[in-house]
Amino acid sequence: MRERWPLIIFAVIVAAVPFIPGVPPFWIVLLDNIGLSALVAMGLVLLTGVGGLTSFGQAAFVGFGAYTTAVLSAQYGVSPWLTLPLSLLVSGLAAVLLGLVTVRLSGHYLPLGTLAWGLGLYYLFSKLAFLGRNDGISGIPPLSIGSLRMLDPGTIYFAIWAAVLISALLTMNLLDSRTGRAIRALRRGHIAAEAFGVYSPRAKLLVFIYAAVLAGLSGWLYAHFTRAVNPTPFGAQAGIEYLFVAVVGGAGYVWGGVLGAAIVVVLKEILQSYLPLLLHGEGQLETIVFGILLIALLQLAPTGLWPWLTSRLPFKPAAKKPDTSIQLPARVRSASAPSVLLQVDNARKQFGGVVAVNNVSFDVQAREIVALIGPNGAGKSTTFNLITGVLPPTSGNISVLGKAVGNAPPQDVVKLGISRTFQHVKLVPDMTVLENVAIGAHLRGHSNALSSMFRLDRGDEAKLLAEAARQIERVGLGDQMHQLAGSLSLGQQRIVEIARALCVDPMLLLLDEPAAGLRHMEKQRLGALLRDLRAGGMSVLLVEHDMGFVMDLADRIVVLDFGTKIAEGTPAAIKTNPEVIKAYLGATA
Amino acid sequence: MNTTILLFLLQDGITNGAIYALLGLALVLVFAVTRVILIPQGEFVTYGALTYASLAAGRTPGTAKLAVVIGLVAFAFDLYAMRKTLHMPKILRAFGLNVAFPVVVMLATMWAADQRMPAGVSLVLSLLIVASIGLSLYRIVFQPLAHTSVLVLLIASVGVHLALQGLGLLFFGAEGQRGPTLLTASATLGSLRFTGQGMAVYGITVAFIVGLWLFFGLTLYGKALRATAVNRLGARLVGIRTTLSGQIAFLLASTIGALSGILIVPITTLYYDTGFLIGLKGFIAAIIGGLISYPLTAVAALVVGIVEAFSSFYASNFKEVIVFTLLIPVLLLRSLAAPAVEEEKD
Repeated sequence: MRERWPLIIFAVIVAAVPFIPGVPPFWIVLLDNIGLSALVAMGLVLLTGVGGLTSFGQAAFVGFGAYTTAVLSAQYGVSPWLTLPLSLLVSGLAAVLLGLVTVRLSGHYLPLGTLAWGLGLYYLFSKLAFLGRNDGISGIPPLSIGSLRMLDPGTIYFAIWAAVLISALLTMNLLDSRTGRAIRALRRGHIAAEAFGVYSPRAKLLVFIYAAVLAGLSGWLYAHFTRAVNPTPFGAQAGIEYLFVAVVGGAGYVWGGVLGAAIVVVLKEILQSYLPLLLHGEGQLETIVFGILLIALLQLAPTGLWPWLTSRLPFKPAAKKPDTSIQLPARVRSASAPSVLLQVDNARKQFGGVVAVNNVSFDVQAREIVALIGPNGAGKSTTFNLITGVLPPTSGNISVLGKAVGNAPPQDVVKLGISRTFQHVKLVPDMTVLENVAIGAHLRGHSNALSSMFRLDRGDEAKLLAEAARQIERVGLGDQMHQLAGSLSLGQQRIVEIARALCVDPMLLLLDEPAAGLRHMEKQRLGALLRDLRAGGMSVLLVEHDMGFVMDLADRIVVLDFGTKIAEGTPAAIKTNPEVIKAYLGATA
Repeated sequence: MNTTILLFLLQDGITNGAIYALLGLALVLVFAVTRVILIPQGEFVTYGALTYASLAAGRTPGTAKLAVVIGLVAFAFDLYAMRKTLHMPKILRAFGLNVAFPVVVMLATMWAADQRMPAGVSLVLSLLIVASIGLSLYRIVFQPLAHTSVLVLLIASVGVHLALQGLGLLFFGAEGQRGPTLLTASATLGSLRFTGQGMAVYGITVAFIVGLWLFFGLTLYGKALRATAVNRLGARLVGIRTTLSGQIAFLLASTIGALSGILIVPITTLYYDTGFLIGLKGFIAAIIGGLISYPLTAVAALVVGIVEAFSSFYASNFKEVIVFTLLIPVLLLRSLAAPAVEEEKD
């Protein structure tokens, strides 16, 4: 409850503003506009700032919400309260259709795609006869509760700001959950999250719909606020402006959306009333200033004003340590466990003419540490990618517990109990160590987005965080639990990756160069941890260049050179193998 | 539909398509070199066209002054960047490029506006003005952001578009303008009339497509420009001046944009905000070309032009809707064919 105090205080202030004597009615209109804009910006925060999907088309979703209620309430006399769910539904359905096309697009295609359909929809709004073409629809009834008709800006103010506050609360709840972590991991590329069972396209579609529904809500409120709609506020210009609002406030922060809306609406008002006096020009002067400010902001403060503001606060919110006594049930294992966990049989991977992995075969048995070594470019990491389903093999078989994996995606491979770390660390730098590690336990939690928004996931969530905290303590990073992952040294980040992989409760752990960047003592501790895991029944397959570390630790070593297996055996045998010496030191050594 | 209408629509579509192709090429060029998705390309079109039309009507266009003002800002940026190592030849180069050049062009423009010079002179002056604006814009907006992600560059690009469009209204007013034709000759073939202006559009487009394709595919310098886009640090390490590459790309793009505008302003009336829509149609072509391929972009632009011509005949109300939703199936195909590559972003 304590972390909710700022929200409650803010809500009380917002509720009190209209009752302060002497507040000009015009301020209330501005506050209404701020609220409407903040709703859309909040969706963009989730979509763009957190999820990394830039959309220039949010204004179109506002249009869907506004036109739905306009048509139904003004032309068919449906009560506005009945059109609310319909407005949200229409925006959401439009988002599903557009999202299926759009969210799979990579990089810059996505924002361009949103710009294109944003414009297309704007022209559609302005041409369709039943939407009133360019004139739009007027005579929309006001919202009313009983005999209270929200006709003036002062009464609908409460409806708008209640919507803003509730949306902010739900959005923050969503972000602070299992689904939220999956969304927050999207921006940093999808491979790491998918290796722990997150379906990236599904998560992207979810935020896309969420942002559209918030925009639809804003549109519904807008229609009953102005009681007339026309296509202009739903065009490309407006879509760009919403993005501007989110960037100004701080695209990564829910309250950044509200702050951005406040700044932009007030600024626009000032510019519109004073600039023409200053320059004696006709219209649109504020867009010039807007454009220039946007560029200046990107160059000077690309993360927006909210983080700048909060970093100046005298107090910091205290992080709560998870209660590690809560147990998370173990991953369900198949009843009969054969002794061969992983069988790689003639696996081959070609990239065009390059054979990265050339018909390699080896296996990993239960309670065994196997090392995969070889000079740079030998195909070790590619072999890892084949095993974990990141890349499909060109030919050959990989089977886990006797069952062929085929072309299973990473999300299915991890379900079999195989988890991994990455050669190039793939953590989310602006999430804490605890949150990063909790992504590893993604498949062991079950709460969905809806239950997270309404805080029905707390039991599930406590178990996941407890498991994450236990694994962090196990790898010896208990003191860094609440630091941002990006602030740790590279060696420590590799250890965080191991903790994250352990959260899967795996039977086989794949470690890609875990000792790189570690100091001597840290390597010894890592070696002890891996021996410990083996004693506990886990198997480990690791790629490593530190020969001392490998020779001490591994039960068996597989040597690759130019994609081909050249030797396999105990450390003692490998050390004296002439082929291996030749591969590492050259022909005559 | 009879053949005459069919041929007429085709001709109209190809003429518009050729313009979209020019713009699409410029967009591909800028993206390939600087990773900037150049939304303000449309403003270069408007600025070129309306500067040309203003000059022809004997007015001094506001763009000439804008070129001087942002040239001064760009020079200030250069001075600030060089504050630790003030190096006379470098300062002189920056001064010449950012200050002296636009000032000379502005003076020439003011003089030419009074004299009612032939269309050719207006054309050259308009190109110089817009080229100078493009060059300074790169210095002020995009060079400081060169290391950032495509997304940040895109948002900045939108900012430039907003500012330029607002300034366009200030300079040229809300009224539409037309300019004098460059070539008045015309020929009639069957029922079709080929104007000199139309032929100039085709000729210049083809010349640019072939030229850019050869430049980037075959010359060492073209390859150096492409290398800059893929890996700035790597390009610098092998001695490519990445800033110069960006300047050249923007210079070419703004010139191409202005030229496109000047080519169409005798055919259609242009308003201060028309360029944005025209530029976006170039975009659709560029996206179909994957922001990589010049020939594919040119073909796609022709398709966009023809679709537009036919939809304005059959469903003129929904012309823009049809053109912009044309992109959706293309994006869909691209997304289905897209390989699951990891994008390292920060």
